[in-house]
Amino acid sequence: MPVTVKTFSTFGEAASALSSDRSARYLGGGTLVMRALNEGDVSISTVVRATDTALSRIDVASSRVTIGAGVTFARILAERDLAFLHASARSIGGPAVRNMGTVGGNLFAPNPYGDFTVALLALDATVSVQGGLGAREMPIEEFLQSRERQSGALVLAVSCQRPASADAFRYRKIARIKPKGGSVITLAAHLPVSGGRVSGARIALGSMAATQIRARAAERALEGRPLDDSAISAAAAAAAEGVSPTDNALGSAWYRREIVGVHLRRLLSGLE
Amino acid sequence: MTKTPLQFRHNGRDVAVFVDGGVNLLVALRELIGDMTPKFGCGQGGCGACSVLIDGELHLSCLTLAETVNGRTVETLDGLKDGPNLHPLQRAFMEQFAAQCGYCTPGMLMAAKALLDRNPSPTRAEVIEAISGNICRCTGYEPIINAVLTAATSGRARA
Repeated sequence: MPVTVKTFSTFGEAASALSSDRSARYLGGGTLVMRALNEGDVSISTVVRATDTALSRIDVASSRVTIGAGVTFARILAERDLAFLHASARSIGGPAVRNMGTVGGNLFAPNPYGDFTVALLALDATVSVQGGLGAREMPIEEFLQSRERQSGALVLAVSCQRPASADAFRYRKIARIKPKGGSVITLAAHLPVSGGRVSGARIALGSMAATQIRARAAERALEGRPLDDSAISAAAAAAAEGVSPTDNALGSAWYRREIVGVHLRRLLSGLE
Repeated sequence: MTKTPLQFRHNGRDVAVFVDGGVNLLVALRELIGDMTPKFGCGQGGCGACSVLIDGELHLSCLTLAETVNGRTVETLDGLKDGPNLHPLQRAFMEQFAAQCGYCTPGMLMAAKALLDRNPSPTRAEVIEAISGNICRCTGYEPIINAVLTAATSGRARA
C-alpha cells in the first residue's frame, strides 16, 4: 500500500510531523522502516525524513563524543577518533548495511539486532530526543525502557564518554554466521580501573531480554575488585541473573542462559 | 495517491520516472526502468541480491526508498560491461565458474566492484569481508572469492 513520504529540511519540522501522526515513522537509513514496508506493515501510512545535516554530525571533544542519529556505521568505521566503537560498528551487517544503517536507527532495532546499542549502553550514553514538547536528553537505559513509546519522537544524537584506555572498553558479538549474522548474544563492558580496582563497571547484554539490558549482578561482582580470575569468575557466575531471553532461530533461551557466563568470562579475560 | 517525480543517473544515462510513495529502489529499477539485473531476494536486507552502487557506495536497493536517489547516480550490473566488452569481474566470474544459478551474481558483482573501486589490490580477507552481506546458496563462496582476486590481478595488469 502506498504511503505518504514527507521530507523536511530541518529536524524540528520532521519531529513535529512525527509527533503529530501516530502512523508516521522516521526513515533514517531504511534498514528497519523499508523492511517493514516491504513486509506490508499497514501500521505505517506516513514516512518522515529530514535532510538536516545536523543529524549526520560527529563531534569529538577530548573526553566526550557526540554522534548524530543519522551517522552510518560505515562513517563510524572511517573515523579514527571513534576507534573504540569500531568493533561494534564492524559487527553489524555486511558493507551495504553498514553504508545504510544509522546509530539512531539501531536504538530501535529489535532482537537479534541492535548490537551497536549494546555498546552505547555499556558506555552510559545519553540520547538526545526531540519530541512534540521540545528537545530533551535522557540516559540510554531510560530510553530503552520506554522504547515502544519513543516512536513518535525523533532521536537527534547520542553522546558518551570516551573510554580512558583501549582496554577499558570491550565488545563481543556471538553470531552463527560471521561476520554479518544476527546476534546470539552481544556483550559490551566498560571497565574503568582506579587504583588497580574496577570502579564503575558497566556490562551490557544484547538478545538477553526484550531490549538491551545491563548485567547488574555481574557489575556488582566486579565492583571494587581487581580484574583477576576470582572477580571474573564471580561476574561470569552472575551473568545470567535478571536476564529474560527468548527462543529464536539463532538460539534458544536456555542456550543463551547457558553461554552468557562463558562469553562474559572470555570478554573480561581478554580472550578472543 | 499522488505519484512523485524521480530523476537520477542510471548507468550513465539520465532517467525520469514517477513513483508511488514508499516504493523501494529495487521496484523502481525493475518495474519502471526495466533494469532486471538487481534481483529481489529477501526484501529484508539479508541476502544482498539487490545490491547496487549509489554515488559509488554499495547499498541494498530493496531497503532504499526510491525517492532518496533523486539527483544521484545509481549503478547496477546492467552498466558494468563496456559495450560488448565484459568487465574484468564478469570475465573472471565466468572463467572461474563463480556462478551457478546466477541469482546472487548481480549483487556479488556489485559488492566486488565497490571493493575494487576503493581497493584495487584486496587481500583474500578483504574480499571475504566485502561480499559478507551477499548470500550464495549454490555456487559456494570459494570460486567467487577466487574470481574477485583474479579480477583484481587482471585489473592491475591492464592498468
